[in-house]
Amino acid sequence: MAISPHEQREIEALLRTYPTRRAVALEALKIVQGPKKWVTDQDLRDVAALLQMTPAELDSLATFYSQIFRRPVGEHVIRLCDGVSCWIMGETGLEEHLSRLLGIGPGETTPDRRFTWLPVSCLGVCEQAPAIMIDDDLYTRIQSEDLDAILERYADGGLEK
Amino acid sequence: MTRERPLTGHLRSDGLALSLGEYEAVGGYQGLRAALKMAPHQVIKVVQDSTLGGRGGAGFSAGRKWSFVPDEDLHKRHVFPHEMVTMIEEPDQWDHVSAGFTTGVKWSFMPKGECAVSPAYVVANADEMEPGVFKDRVLMEGNPHQLIEGMIITAHAIGANTGYIFSRWAYKKAARCIEKAISEAREGGYLGEHILGTDFNMEIYLHTSAGRYVCGEATALLNSLEGRRANPRAKPPHTAAVGLWGRPTDVNNVETLSNVPHILQKGADWYKDLSLTDEGGTKIYGVSGRVKGPGWWELPMGTTAREIIEEHAGGMADGYRLRGFLPGGASTDFLLAEHLDVPMDVKSVSALGSRMGCGTMIILDDKTCPVGMVNNVMRFFARESCGWCTPCREGLPWTVRVLNAMEAGEGRPEDIDRLYAHACWIGEPDGTFCALAPGAMEPLQSALTYFEDDFREHIRLGRCPWRPEGGAR
Repeated sequence: MAISPHEQREIEALLRTYPTRRAVALEALKIVQGPKKWVTDQDLRDVAALLQMTPAELDSLATFYSQIFRRPVGEHVIRLCDGVSCWIMGETGLEEHLSRLLGIGPGETTPDRRFTWLPVSCLGVCEQAPAIMIDDDLYTRIQSEDLDAILERYADGGLEK
Repeated sequence: MTRERPLTGHLRSDGLALSLGEYEAVGGYQGLRAALKMAPHQVIKVVQDSTLGGRGGAGFSAGRKWSFVPDEDLHKRHVFPHEMVTMIEEPDQWDHVSAGFTTGVKWSFMPKGECAVSPAYVVANADEMEPGVFKDRVLMEGNPHQLIEGMIITAHAIGANTGYIFSRWAYKKAARCIEKAISEAREGGYLGEHILGTDFNMEIYLHTSAGRYVCGEATALLNSLEGRRANPRAKPPHTAAVGLWGRPTDVNNVETLSNVPHILQKGADWYKDLSLTDEGGTKIYGVSGRVKGPGWWELPMGTTAREIIEEHAGGMADGYRLRGFLPGGASTDFLLAEHLDVPMDVKSVSALGSRMGCGTMIILDDKTCPVGMVNNVMRFFARESCGWCTPCREGLPWTVRVLNAMEAGEGRPEDIDRLYAHACWIGEPDGTFCALAPGAMEPLQSALTYFEDDFREHIRLGRCPWRPEGGAR
């Protein structure tokens, strides 16, 4: 599936803010990543053509930055902060509990494709540690028992397990 | 004595950002009005006199990067870019003590007068991705106009007309606050053409990162802004000569820029008097870890670590004792309880063999394993290495392997020497392309110095002493 005319217009609007086309590359990748949450090979070819780059050049960016996904992720992306402040405040316990709840580890997606759990190196809310981000929602000062209720907000009909 | 808090004293208690009207009502954009009545070199002089230092400390030893001895008269004469580069290349002008050079001096390196190059850029480094550091978030979420005003004044001083705010991907709320503030500033006549009726024009754009710690390094940040991998660039040339798209570029931290409007409004002497030491101004300090009240506080520069931890953070949480602390983020050397009376400024913390960094402290308590803490930090740096140079790309994962083995009960006596050797080789200032890997070695080398017995205990017991015998992890 090619990028939509709407996405193309969004990318072209950004060209005003930079003197070169390739400077838009990362923002363009975020735009096409959009609702489906990952960048397909076809996306890559389309964006590269639009920005007058080669697909390989663009892929070298896509694979360098942690928030561009080149593989499909689940419906919701979970980022449990494993920065040092969160680690001190009990992140390991949260990790174990999350693993029990979801039946997966960091870097994996649940079989029903509802959740992908990605490692993340600090969310910048260290004074409110420990923290977890689900999609764009930030939860701070969480304890293991909070995780159940938080996850249920994202699970239609609650958790299966 | 009431302590002034120019950067945060006006923040709303409900956590919402100050609107343009609210900011103007507390003196907002008065600094810009003052600056636009002055010639650029006069603005630079005021900021130089204020002794405002860089507040980035982003794990990339500011001192190491920027510590060449400045020529005080530089701003008074025209300096050709090649002349500036020659000066920076002059080896005896490098000074490897960690005292960074001040913001005004940094600005003075931008080519001016007949040598001015157009376009030039001002970039706010808002990447702030070091674990334990969160101070710029507070400023961007609470008072985005202060940052914007600081950037406009900077642009006027150094001859730039375009600014970019390079923000950390995770700061979604801050990004919304900045976007709104930029459009308010444009409507208010502070951005765009003929700012406040003068001939000065400027636009500011927000660029949110796609996520990579190394983007906090100024030249890696510029590569990222250009749509490239965030590999650091060779220095020299300094970014003031050859920066964004090859143009003169000033890269300053958010907190640094947020100080600028107040200095222009109230003067260099007022600013210097805010501090308890000879490094001017206030500082946003923070504490995370097992204290009663983790948080951030704007305090006079040079406030002691003891006051910050014991008074402002409320002391250690019940049942925990302080064993040590990283004074300014994950890339700074551990200090101990015996160092608590250190004034938190660049020179005093450096004198103890550590760095103030961002002034956001991470506390090591007596129930947390120092080896595990160092391993956590090291995993972060290994993960975030950009892969450009060998000591960092290969050395950091090796260090993690040794620490993992130690934690898993497979440590060997020779591992201690091996870790020392890594800290020494990877920590060598000129051994790597940028300061990421040397920064990573700071918590390790100081942990080996101060907590060597804990490392040895892991090896002797064949497990982590903080975990129950036979327990997992």
